[in-house]
Amino acid sequence: MRRALWVLAVLLSHWRRHRMQFATLLIGLIAATALWSGVQAINQQARSAYDRAAATFGGIRTAMLVAPNAATFPQELFIKLRRAGWPVSPVLEGRVQINGRSMRLLGIEPVTLPADVGNAPRLGAADLSSFVAAPGQTLVAQETLGDLHEQEGAAPSISSGAKLPPLHVLPQLVPEVLVVDIGVAQRLLNKPDQVSRLLIGKAKGKPAPLQSIVGDKLQRIEPTAETELERLTDSFHLNLTAFGLLSFFVGLFIVNSAVGLAFEQRLPMLRTLRACGASAGLVNTVLVVELVALALVAGLIGLVCGYVIAAALLPDVAASLRGLYGAQIPGQLTLRPEWWLAGIGISVAGAMVAAATSLIKAIRMPVLATAQPQAWQQRQRRWLILQSLAACAVFAVALLLLQYGQSLIAGFGLLAALMLGAALILPAFLELLLLAGQRFARGPLALWFWADSRQQLSGLSLALMALLLALAVNVGVSTMVETFSRTFIGWLDGRLAADVYISAADNAQGTAIRNWLKDRSEVQAILSGGRAETQVQGQPVELLGLPDHALYREHWPLLETAPRAWTQLVPGNAAFISEQLSRRLNVRVGDVIEVPAPGGTWELDIVGIYADYGNPKGQLAVNVAALIRQFPQTPQTRIGLIVPRDKIPGLIAALQKQFALDDRSVADQATVKAESIRIFNRTFAVTSALNAFTLGVAGIALLTSLLTLANSRLPQLAPLWAIGITRPRLAAIELTKTLSVALFTSLLAVPLGLLVAWCLIAIVNVKAFGWRLPFHVFPLQLVELVAVALVASLLAALLPMIRLARMQPASLVKVFANER
Amino acid sequence: MLRSIELIPSGALILLSIRNLSKTFSSAAEPVHVLRGVDLDLKAGERVALTGESGSGKSTLLHLIAGLDAADGGTIRLEDAEVTSLSDAGRAELRRDRIGLVFQQFNLIPSLSVADNLAFQARIAGRHDAAWTRELTERLGLGGLLKRYPEQISGGQQQRVAIGRALATKPLLLLADEPTGNLDEATADDVLALTRDLVARTGCGFLMVTHSLHLAGTLDRHIVLHAGRIA
Repeated sequence: MRRALWVLAVLLSHWRRHRMQFATLLIGLIAATALWSGVQAINQQARSAYDRAAATFGGIRTAMLVAPNAATFPQELFIKLRRAGWPVSPVLEGRVQINGRSMRLLGIEPVTLPADVGNAPRLGAADLSSFVAAPGQTLVAQETLGDLHEQEGAAPSISSGAKLPPLHVLPQLVPEVLVVDIGVAQRLLNKPDQVSRLLIGKAKGKPAPLQSIVGDKLQRIEPTAETELERLTDSFHLNLTAFGLLSFFVGLFIVNSAVGLAFEQRLPMLRTLRACGASAGLVNTVLVVELVALALVAGLIGLVCGYVIAAALLPDVAASLRGLYGAQIPGQLTLRPEWWLAGIGISVAGAMVAAATSLIKAIRMPVLATAQPQAWQQRQRRWLILQSLAACAVFAVALLLLQYGQSLIAGFGLLAALMLGAALILPAFLELLLLAGQRFARGPLALWFWADSRQQLSGLSLALMALLLALAVNVGVSTMVETFSRTFIGWLDGRLAADVYISAADNAQGTAIRNWLKDRSEVQAILSGGRAETQVQGQPVELLGLPDHALYREHWPLLETAPRAWTQLVPGNAAFISEQLSRRLNVRVGDVIEVPAPGGTWELDIVGIYADYGNPKGQLAVNVAALIRQFPQTPQTRIGLIVPRDKIPGLIAALQKQFALDDRSVADQATVKAESIRIFNRTFAVTSALNAFTLGVAGIALLTSLLTLANSRLPQLAPLWAIGITRPRLAAIELTKTLSVALFTSLLAVPLGLLVAWCLIAIVNVKAFGWRLPFHVFPLQLVELVAVALVASLLAALLPMIRLARMQPASLVKVFANER
Repeated sequence: MLRSIELIPSGALILLSIRNLSKTFSSAAEPVHVLRGVDLDLKAGERVALTGESGSGKSTLLHLIAGLDAADGGTIRLEDAEVTSLSDAGRAELRRDRIGLVFQQFNLIPSLSVADNLAFQARIAGRHDAAWTRELTERLGLGGLLKRYPEQISGGQQQRVAIGRALATKPLLLLADEPTGNLDEATADDVLALTRDLVARTGCGFLMVTHSLHLAGTLDRHIVLHAGRIA
């Protein structure tokens, strides 16, 4: 044991003398662990929120009975089933507005609620009586209290004026959900004796068949392991995971080059250790122990950094998930022990992978081995050929995925194959470029410049691959985001055509506001809208009522239309469908869609498809009058106005004064647009942050590789110095060489990045969100990104170059004195 | 359990016995027979110089004795241990406990101070003797250099540290591969004189590869290796 400790002490002494190298090794491991663990923490937080949502009083985790084609069904079916021995429990679900904020209201019947339904066990006997007995309770998550700006025990009113029972916190609940007794819910939602679904508990005996009791009025839905939300958000999390993985690998590139350098420098030390009697087994074991110990330390620091990154990004991720999918994620990070263990594990595994080649070399190292540069060069050439063949195989897989892949996973697979193939082919591509340079070079120094760049390539290739990947992802994602941003702003101009938007507290206030507006001379048009919710083919669908007005005809963002589409909309038997819903239901212009309505099935001809970016729900746009005829309960609280621009502030002030409306209830077009753009930007803040992290880590990878090379390149540079080339000039040549290969790599990253952007826009986005954006290229942005990459390379190259420029002649003389 | 010898020389006991030792290296053109049946005995306390032209197999012979490489045929016996039949781990144990090695290139550990380099092999052998290390330090004239690192001292000083490291375990046999090859003549004489004294003090056997006939003449016996055999 003592012997092993001495060997360990000797190995560690290397780091004491090479602190910068030690720092880069730790930085690589910390960066890799931090970015990977940060992303995993965010994913874990989101998934646990989905689980909470799914388990909320019988979500998709519980078997249930629902009406095949209607949102609700009569309560008497519940009574019939209970009498027949079915252990069912009723749930009524709807939405209510509190202070202009829409919340999901769940009515449950706690006595019959199956014990295995999520959150049910927390309602003990004492809680049960206070929940059921007047005034009852409204169970909410802690976050919901904050959202409502209310204290526990408060009883806020909903838009109809009815009061909720006092609020009571139940920590397991997801945000924006209110849970009340079903009787209370029926009253608040104005659905007396109606039920949305029946949860099925464990039956003691075998009850009579379902059909013999309720006929075909109800159908059984079996519980599923994955919720709709999980399916929808898979792409988002996959995207985050891909970023995390990319950063992790780029981090490992740093570790690889730091460990490689340390191995090379410690080679004589290892041989001396062996010559002094430390066995190969002992030295190799201690090398592994040293690496694991470093990985543990770096892993722990990385986890702390990962936690900080996750905590910083979580609010933006939560905003993204809310904006894109309507998923509610608590903004505060909670982590499980598995996360810590997995983080440490990934750090150790990553370190072992990154150090694998060095460890294998150490294991195979004979005590008396001598340097064989020629054999090494031949090995490198073989490796280059193998790598290029592998790249061709990966590109073939990409082609197959492009041709035959139909799923989101295939889309990400295509992206991964493209990037992996490009990274693998990069060294061969650069080798060809440098060879061409060498062929056309004139003068001895120019010849040396190209030849030496080629020799340097193998040492730099991993870092250049990291730079290529980081930059390509940056180009791809930035192009996609910019495309989305411009399309989104154009789309907002179409969707938010009215000058002022009003959201009344209830129908009565809506009517009062409309009447008041009729007497205002500056109001050129009052455009009343409305929204209702239903289900089509088992999917939640929002019905949007559009007024028949020229403003909409001119601005509505239609992607595809039938002839005279707007005219066909007016009678009420036609609809426009949102792009994502048309893809989900596979509906085109000219098809007919059946919509369940309170009065029966409403048949609608599809006469147009419109863009509806950022909406997690499928949407049908119909004439507002027809909507109110079919769905009489539709709140008539949304009003748009056309007003001359200069009259807008005065009108808003008058409205606020007259009806006590706050800023959320009345806003001008510019404010609504600014808010939408703010949400949009926040949605992509995470992407920008991860982009910057990845590029930063790639810069560090390049720095460590250059430092590694700088150390082993003295024998190449010393002869040039000896024949009269000054150290500053040598440093300038070295800098030019580094920047040249970085520039070649960056130029290759641009088409690769555009290909990545095309994949994101044409494949991944369509599969993940249901919408396809037009593809645009932004040359200025590309120039900017290449410049950033070159500045990162310049910064990375600067330190080794300054060292070279300032190097004492004695260090160079040592090369010839064979004393190194 | 391997043992080290006491400081008193043990007389005429055969310490190292080599019989019919052969070693061949394969090369791209044809196999190179470096050693072709070497026979050699070395008594405890005896100091032997091994000379020969370049490529005659001097260093290879030394490496095989130290267990740094494996022989193709023949036997090497160091006291009661048959080196040629030991595993890699066994050979490592032999080097650690019974052999001291000195190389032309010094092979000090650059990240350790002179003091740590001196004590290094004794520590991993678990036989660190502070008094003996102090004596070595004094006799090698390294007292003022203990806190320095190898790169901060001269070649002669580095070689003294290497000799001190090799003798710190009080080995049975000290093997030196051109220990003065990188030193000027005066320093080489100085270093070798010190080595001879210390070898006498420890009573260990001493086999030195050298090109210098002058230095070879200062030892007890001088053998020449020619074309892979003892001439």
